[in-house]
Amino acid sequence: MAESTWTPKEPMVSAKDVHKSFGDLEVLKGISMDIMKGECICIIGPSGSGKSTFIRCINALNPIDSGSILVEGQEVNDAHLDKLELRKKVGMVFQQYNLFPHKTALENIMMAPLKVLKQGKEEVEARARDLIKKVRLDGKENSYPGELSGGQQQRVAIARSLAMHPDVMLFDEVTAALDPETVKEVLVTIKDLAEEGMTCILVTHEMGFAREVANHIYFTDRGIIVEHGPPKTFFTKAKDPRTKEFLSQIL
Amino acid sequence: MSARHLIPGITTAAKTDLPVLKPFTGKPSGHDDIGFCRFLANLSPRTVFFVMFVVALWPIAALAQAKYTLGDAFDALWRWIPFLVTKGFALNILISVLTMAIGTFAGVLLGLWQISPNPIVKKIAWAVTQAFRNSPWLVLLFIVMLAFPFEISIGGLTIPIPDWMKAVFGLSLPIMANISEVVRGAIMSVPTGQWEASESLAFSRRQVLWQIILPQCFKRMIPPWMNWYAILTMATPLVSLLGVEEIVTLSRQAMEGEDNHPELLIPFYGFCLLIFFAYCYPIARWTISLERKFSVKL
Repeated sequence: MAESTWTPKEPMVSAKDVHKSFGDLEVLKGISMDIMKGECICIIGPSGSGKSTFIRCINALNPIDSGSILVEGQEVNDAHLDKLELRKKVGMVFQQYNLFPHKTALENIMMAPLKVLKQGKEEVEARARDLIKKVRLDGKENSYPGELSGGQQQRVAIARSLAMHPDVMLFDEVTAALDPETVKEVLVTIKDLAEEGMTCILVTHEMGFAREVANHIYFTDRGIIVEHGPPKTFFTKAKDPRTKEFLSQIL
Repeated sequence: MSARHLIPGITTAAKTDLPVLKPFTGKPSGHDDIGFCRFLANLSPRTVFFVMFVVALWPIAALAQAKYTLGDAFDALWRWIPFLVTKGFALNILISVLTMAIGTFAGVLLGLWQISPNPIVKKIAWAVTQAFRNSPWLVLLFIVMLAFPFEISIGGLTIPIPDWMKAVFGLSLPIMANISEVVRGAIMSVPTGQWEASESLAFSRRQVLWQIILPQCFKRMIPPWMNWYAILTMATPLVSLLGVEEIVTLSRQAMEGEDNHPELLIPFYGFCLLIFFAYCYPIARWTISLERKFSVKL
């Protein structure tokens, strides 16, 4: 692995002309974007437009066919990539929470720092308890995922990811499987994170949240970025007819 | 549709004429991995005794005038029972336990290779599993019996291999293949989201498997594993065809010792049936209760 010369002045995540196909189906047809440290960006678009596929490429869950993704200067499209090192820097939260059902909330959070980073148990447990407080789940430390609501599970999943001290957080439609009344508690947690300066990349359908929290919004359709811009201009002065149509349906 | 109240207790008119998917109540289709234990556990003990009773009555009626009566045959059985159990059935149990131990160990390895990221290992493990899973057990037994040497020489030391030991190896092969499928099936039953979540937390593949996936599906493997143990135990008399002195071989020898009266067949083989039933029935009941317990939990 080449020694990285990345500095915080450069984009934290930089995608250039990313292509990705599943068999004959080309899902990403040249996606490019730069995300600076501390930015919160939202990727929106109709289903099947490649949003989720793209963010799964950032932590190498999906390999890309061509193009380049640099995470803190490290090339992801590289056969010799140390995926585990990359994933220590990039946290990810999923639509279906994917908590470990045989572990309590606290154990879920502690597991990766203990087993992957091999940190001391006291230190990890103290941090896990702090994280539980941070996502407002005091008292749920010893609950199993099956005993928690969807919103609570998703907040544990966020805490679990944060326990690894990632530099970037990826959120893959994290509120799509939630009841409307629990969506808010999860969004508030993410908003707190963004305001603390965590670099966040969200795939979302929550337009209100995107408008309020995102620094930049990307609209994707059929594997390309149709339009992007800061929320103020994006929502009021969309130029492309596809963006307009999408926004008129969803707002 | 709206005129009649199709659902008891619902009196309002139907809001839709669209077809509505009703809750699924039937038995889930597809493969039942504890089918044998389900069958066995659902047998009422009375059924078995009743069948044996009817079978026993028939020769009584037919051979009432014969000199050697069924009563004499049962007397003979009574004298032989201690020998049959301690020398015969005990060996069946020993064979089943050793076979299960070897078969489980090899089967777990083979099952893990079946999900290996290396396509060659995966393909070979799959082929081995399918080959031994779909071969007649008796043929496998004969092959091992005849292909294995009578003794192994290590240096100057010569270790003879008894026939029953070779039978253990022979029976281990199909058990290994079936346990391999149990392991693979259990691992595949864990949602892929668990793999993705653990991988995105920088767990290595080995860590994902041993710390996340296997602890979740370990319980799910126990009922099918016990099911295979019951099937295996029932299959151990196969080795009598190869001359291993287990309960069926010894029963035959005992009957010869009692001058081969046809009246001996029912008591002696009936006893074999009963003792296997008595051993496997509790296992089957236990398997079913575990299956029920674990399926509620998940």
